[in-house]
Order: sequence, then C-alpha cells, then structure tokens
Amino acid sequence: MTDTLERLDAIEAAAIDAPTDHLSIEVTVNGRRRRLDVAVHHTLLDVLRDDLGLTGTKECCDVGECGACTVLVDGRAMNACLILAVEADGAVVTTVEGLADDGRLSALQAAFLDAGAVQCGFCIPGQLMAARALLDREPDPTVADVHAALAGNLCRCAGYEQITEAVLAAAEAER
Amino acid sequence: MSAGRVGSSSRRVGGVDRVTGRQTYVADVRLDDVLEARLVSLDCARARIVAIDTSEARRVPGVRFVMTAADLPQPVPRFGPQFQDRPVIATGETTYHGEPVAAVAAETKDAAEAAARLVRVEYEELPAVSTLAAALDPAAPLVQDPSLRPGDPLATTNVLREHRYGWGDVDAATADLVVEGSYAFPMITHFAIEPHGFLAAPDGDGIVCWSSIQHPYLLQKMLARILGLPLARVRVIAPDPGGGFGGKQNPKLEPLVAFMALRLGRPVRLILTLDQTFQAVRRTSTEVRVRSGFRRDGTLVFQDIAADYLIGAYADIADRVVSKGSYPACGPYRVPAARIVARAILSNTTPATAFRGFGNPQVNWAVESTLDEGARRLGLDPVEVRLRNLARPGEAFIPGDTPADGDWAEAVRRAAERIGWRAPLPAGHGRGLALGIKSGPTTGLSYSTVRLLADGSVVVYAGTSDMGQGARTVFAQIAADELGAPLEWVTVVMGDTAVVPYDQQTSASRSTVLMGNAVLAACRDVQSQLRSMAARIHEVDPEAIAVEHGVVRLPDREAPILEVLKAGLGRLGGELIGNGESRKEDEPGHPLNGRPAFYELNCTAVEASVDPGTGEVTIHRHVTVSDVGRAINPLQVRMQDEGAAIMGLGHTLMEHVILDETGRIRNLGAIDYRIPTSLDLPGELVSDMVENADGPGPYGAKGMSEGALLCVAPAVAAAVHQAAGVVIHDLPLAPERVWQALQELRAGPPAEAEAAAEPEAVGAGGVR
Repeated sequence: MTDTLERLDAIEAAAIDAPTDHLSIEVTVNGRRRRLDVAVHHTLLDVLRDDLGLTGTKECCDVGECGACTVLVDGRAMNACLILAVEADGAVVTTVEGLADDGRLSALQAAFLDAGAVQCGFCIPGQLMAARALLDREPDPTVADVHAALAGNLCRCAGYEQITEAVLAAAEAER
Repeated sequence: MSAGRVGSSSRRVGGVDRVTGRQTYVADVRLDDVLEARLVSLDCARARIVAIDTSEARRVPGVRFVMTAADLPQPVPRFGPQFQDRPVIATGETTYHGEPVAAVAAETKDAAEAAARLVRVEYEELPAVSTLAAALDPAAPLVQDPSLRPGDPLATTNVLREHRYGWGDVDAATADLVVEGSYAFPMITHFAIEPHGFLAAPDGDGIVCWSSIQHPYLLQKMLARILGLPLARVRVIAPDPGGGFGGKQNPKLEPLVAFMALRLGRPVRLILTLDQTFQAVRRTSTEVRVRSGFRRDGTLVFQDIAADYLIGAYADIADRVVSKGSYPACGPYRVPAARIVARAILSNTTPATAFRGFGNPQVNWAVESTLDEGARRLGLDPVEVRLRNLARPGEAFIPGDTPADGDWAEAVRRAAERIGWRAPLPAGHGRGLALGIKSGPTTGLSYSTVRLLADGSVVVYAGTSDMGQGARTVFAQIAADELGAPLEWVTVVMGDTAVVPYDQQTSASRSTVLMGNAVLAACRDVQSQLRSMAARIHEVDPEAIAVEHGVVRLPDREAPILEVLKAGLGRLGGELIGNGESRKEDEPGHPLNGRPAFYELNCTAVEASVDPGTGEVTIHRHVTVSDVGRAINPLQVRMQDEGAAIMGLGHTLMEHVILDETGRIRNLGAIDYRIPTSLDLPGELVSDMVENADGPGPYGAKGMSEGALLCVAPAVAAAVHQAAGVVIHDLPLAPERVWQALQELRAGPPAEAEAAAEPEAVGAGGVR
C-alpha cells in the first residue's frame, strides 16, 4: 500500500514537472461550435465552468452522485464531473444556459418557478437538465417516471414534490 | 394595484436567475488575477504536528504561497461565535479529522492541488476521543487545552458547559406510572448542495471577503477584530448561499483566506469539496435519558431529562445549540415539575454547529417517544394524552417564559384528521403522531432601508441571507403591498455590508418576523413622508390623511401613491427614503438571556409499514401541520414545511455520520452518506398550516422554517411500533437496525410476541 502511494507520488511529481498534456477538441455548446484546447485530465465540468465561463452548471460532489453538474451530452443527461473533456470531442452539449429561448424562459423553466420547485437553487440547473432529457424521450411521463429520472439529482431543500409537479406541468404545457 | 401581495403565492423573487444559471454563488464570482487555494489536512483525528516541509510544494510551477501556522501572527489568532477557540489554521496540534494544517495558493487549481499533495507533514498521532463515553472518561485526553478556558472550573474536563433548568419538585412528585428510557440521535451532516466557499481580496487599505455565510455582519466583526481593521474597511459580500440549514451561520475558513489574500496582495479563492464540507460542519449527536411521570389518566406529573450532546473540537455555536435546544425539552405541554440537565461535551470530531431545529430534534426524539411509551402502558390514545397535556393559548407552560402563542390543539386536531387517526388501518400498517416545539430568536436587531423611487418602483435593503427560504420574496411582498408597487417593480438588495444596513443574523427562522418588521417599519416611514407630502400638496391636515396598501386616502377621495409621489417630488424628481428598525433586547437573568420572540409549533403524523424480510420502513402518508401565524407566501410555507419534513425523514431513516475507532469519518462524501432522493419520498406528503395571525411578525406572521423537522422521528417510530411491534431507541431507523429489532422480537419471550400482535398493550418489554 505504502509502495503504491509512493509510486503514485513519484508519478505525480513527474507529471508536475512535465507540461500538462493538452488536446484540441471541438464541441457544440448551447448551439455554438467551439474549438478548445483542453488539459487531458480536465472534466467537461472543469471546461464548462473554468474555460467557457458557463457557471450555471454546478459543482458539488465531484463523484457523480449528486447530479448538480448534469448536462445534456448528445441529448443524454450526464454528470459533467464524470466525463473527461476530451471524451466530449465532437459532442453536442446543452447546459442550463441553453434552455431559455431568445431570453424567454422555456416552459420547463417557467413551470419550475410556478410550482415553487426552486428554493436555494443550487441543484436546479441539474434538475432542469435531467428533466429536459426525460421529457425529450418521454413527453408524457408518470410521477414514477419523474422520480426515477431525477433520482440522481439531490435537493437538500427537498423540493422534490414541487420539482415533480413542475416536470409534469411542463410536459402538459409542451404537448 | 397592490391588493393581495401579502398572502399570495407569488413566484420567488430571484427565481429567474436560478432557472437560467445566472445566479452567482461564491464559486461563480469572476475576478481577475484570482489565486486558487487548496487545503492540507491529516488522515487522523488528532495529532501533534512535528514539522511541515513545504519546499517541494513551493517548487510546483504557479504556486505563490504555502501557508502554515508559522506564517501567521503569534499566537495564532483564534475566533468563534461563543468562545474564541478556533485557530485560523491548526497550530501545534490537529484536533479533528480534516482540520487544515497548511494551505496552498496557486495560479491554477491544478497547481494548487498538486502542491497540496506535496506538503510533507511529519506528525505523531495522538489518542482521540470521539464518543460521549470516551470524552467523559476521567482518564480521557483533554480536547481543549485548559489555557483556552481560563477561569472555567470545567476546564480540566471535556465538559464545555452544563446547563440546568427546571421548576417544581421532581423528586417529591408522585406518579401512577414512571416511564424511563435512553435515546440516541446520530451525528448528521448538513449536506447543502453548495459546498462552502470563500474568496478574499485586498480592497484599498482594507479587505473584501465573499463567503457563502448566513451571517455576513458577524463575519465582518470577526474579520475586523482578527485583522485589526475598522468595520468600515471590512466589506463582506455574501451571495445567496446554495442552502445553509445552519451550517453556514458562522465563520470557518474566511480568516485563513483573508490572511493569504493580504499577504499576497491578490484575491484568493477557496472552494471546499463536499468531503471537506462534511469535515467543516455537522449536527450534534446526542444521548438523552428521560424519566416521565404520569397520572393514570395520562396527565404528566414530571419530566426528568438529562441530555448529553457530543460537540466537536471547537465550540462554534454548539453550546448555544445545547442550552437553547434543551431548554424547551418538555415540549409544548404543561408539566408541574421539570428537571433538565444538558451538557455540551467536547470531542475530537468535526465542530458541531447550528442545524435546522437547533438542538431540539434530539431531545424531542426522546421525550415524545417516552410520551408514546407512557400512553401505551396506560392503554390511552397517544393523541388524547397529548391534547390532555397541551398548553392552551396564553398558558405559561415554561414558568416565567413566553406563554403559548398559538392554538396548538388546532394543529393536533388537523394532523389527526388528515392522517385519518381513527380510520381502520391496513394490515401491517401503523400510525404515529408527535409534536415539536422550538424557541424562536431570543435577541435580535435588524435594520432596513426602503427607497420609493420617482416612478413608484421600490428598492428594499435587508441584510438577511436568502439561502432558499425565500426571505427576498417575503420582503418584496411586504414592500409591494405597503407601497402599491407591482412585485416586479421591487428590488431587494442583500448580502453586502458596504451597501446594506446591519442585521444581526439569519438564524432561528427569524427573518420574516424581525427583518420583516424592519422592512414594514421602513415602508411605514415612507408612508408617513407621503402623508406629509399629500398634506402639503392638498393643504389639509396630515391627520386627515391615511396611507395604506398603496393608496393615499385624502379626506375627499383616494389617490394612488404614485400620483402623490410625482406631485410631491416635483421637477427634480428624487425619492423617498424610509428607515426601519426591529429590535429584541436581551434579558439578563433569563436562562437563555431572553424569552423567545415566538414558538415554532408543528404536529406531524405518519402512516408507515415495515418490510418483515428487510426491515425497510415505508412511509405511506406523512402529514405535517405548522402554526405559522400568517402565511405571507403560502407556497413558500409549503416548500419550507415539506423540505423540513423530508430532511427529518433523512435523520429518521437513513442518515448517520460513521466514525472509526480512531475518530476518522468513514462515510465521507456523497457515495457513502445518503440523503433522501426523489425515490425516498412518502407515498403521500400533506402539508397544512394553522393561521390565526397571532405572531409578532408583519400581519401576525411567525417564523416557520424548522418546525416540520422537529418531531418526524418520534412520529415515524411510533408508526413503526404499531406496524411491527418493535421499539427502537436509536436513530436512524435504517433497515439493518429495524431488521435486527424484528429478529430480537421474534426470538423474545412469548409475552412480547403477543404484545406485537396487539400493539396497544406493549409494555416495558419493548424497551431496549
């Protein structure tokens, strides 16, 4: 165990001395095509927040358990903290900043406000993106569908009842 | 045009930014030239620091500073809201798992992270105490050096404070039945989805500090003292926290970041990981022993309560949690004799702090469960027993203190009705009902300024932190209603000590009442100026004019405020500026230094079943009823109540910080520490409220954000008992614990098995 740690330390030390590897990727973020030079060890979350300044996507647990960093990658809801940016090369990424339409709230966003689904708001970008992915594949979800689709998005304010109501109302509005 | 602003479920003010990603939390603040900080800590609970070698770390390209205690003024400054015991950074010794020993500031996060891992700390692990039993052992090592507690007779023990309350003569009281039990409440972490974040930058010859803190003015005072700066040179900007729940009340690592920023002359940002946030704050774990005396008819004769709260290595606000949380330990009932002894016990664990409920859920769990046990043994309906003892409106149920400030029986009746208390139960289901009470703020000071601008729009300044509870919306509704502006024309400015007048703090569900009253007073100040204005314009006696709810009532007609304002301001325009103050003085000699401004009273009722194969508890129906005085925004009341209810289900059914035998946290982070998700909700969640406009806040409002969490655990445990026959005294009622209890019940004596089949008759045999 100690040996392993020491070896890892040595690898780390070597990595620090060496210039960080970067790769060029091309991603479409919220409809805009971007060519980016990204560090190979940076996650999609790092790149969205730090390189692109899209801070609407939130960082909490960093291990794919809380859902605060949920974004759409090629239409699927994914934890941006679990995807290396280089893995997103060629992908179409949508973040919470991409939900509003020409500055007008989408039906889903409006439903969150009307239902009282938003409290502190920190989990809300992730909740919205998980809900967007659900409604895109299932326009007529049941309560159980919503609970299952959003089970990976923690809300400590525990506005789950209102979030569920909002997603169902948005489904109705979008039909 | 303003009718219905107060009492309507308006959309959250600030909500649009929260659904578009524009809301700026501390981690989202963009500054030029900012350095990123990372912490270094040791993988043990307590250690003597022998040496810290930062040479390798400093060689990492981009690293600007590696700070240890040696870089700070000596002795290392200490701070804390109650006791100044917490050092800016560990000095000489670490006293809990995760206490920072060094901090790195670098040009990039990568460099800071790499360097933090290269700081070599030579240390000697020391024995740590992490349980009540270990801390109270006469041979236990002392968590705090006695020199930190000069003149304190308890300084050579791990007991920080002992609090004794009571009335009547417990020892002389005679009861038909005495029920006795010991109950454990686990260590819980706040788990706000926003990890704590701090950012500091030099600002002229002072400093500006951003923090996810709930109490910006407290932080301002603390930084001014520790840095030797006047208050006016310390600017604290507190963006809306992404959830607080008490965990963000008090300063933590702001001084560390401030020293780094001043030393480097550049902004320094420290955003904690979720794991580090777990190591920064938690709820006190507690063991409570209760002896309750009853008459045959269920009338309470006495309560004898001893509560030991395990607090952390530094006091933070935890001793106040202990004193204030245990003071109303007997609940909302009249009790002729009471003895309450509560102790705050230091340990080498995460510093405990405020957490929604503030020490009350711990004693509530024990006392309400004992009440159920008494009702069972007396063969009485637990709802009837509660109603029999419940304080009537105006009754001084705690002698000499704020009398019962609501029709609490109404909450009980409504909860019983909505759970269907008397309806037949499906096989295998059980019901439980419990009450919770919490004292509101005992002191307070809030200022507000309200500006009525020339076009009739309004700016409200309020130093409350809106961490999700919706304070911004409440204040906007009050101003909109009073000054006749559409809600969309009201801006509420918060969270900047350079701009917003002083507010003591955002805690104890105070803001609707205390800041709400200040906002209301500021609006009334503006109204009074409008009255003078109208009197001048119309040449009538000001006494003949009334201004209310957006309308100026002249002797002969009514005019909208805007009409009077425009005429009164004239060609130069301008504005009217109103100021309001809301003050609740302390009361020396009172055990808590002040009577509570109000009580939060909640009645919770649940219907549950237990899977006999796995021990899993299912909540089929959960009813929560709070006495709120007046709901300024009914939807927000519902959000707070349901959120608190579900948070309460967390510590009731699943949450539990687990320590190893050396005091390290075993379940650090989101993978191993579970909180309720959308798959853990009650089958049906019903929230209701009692509104009698009998609170001290605007329009009769009371504070209400904590009540629905207080008594979830005893209500669920009572339902579990009725469903499955098991009596469990330790939270959480996790499947393995319930399953174990089921096994013991099955293996137990026949009498117990019979009792399980007929829950009403379960007696002492069920007690652990």
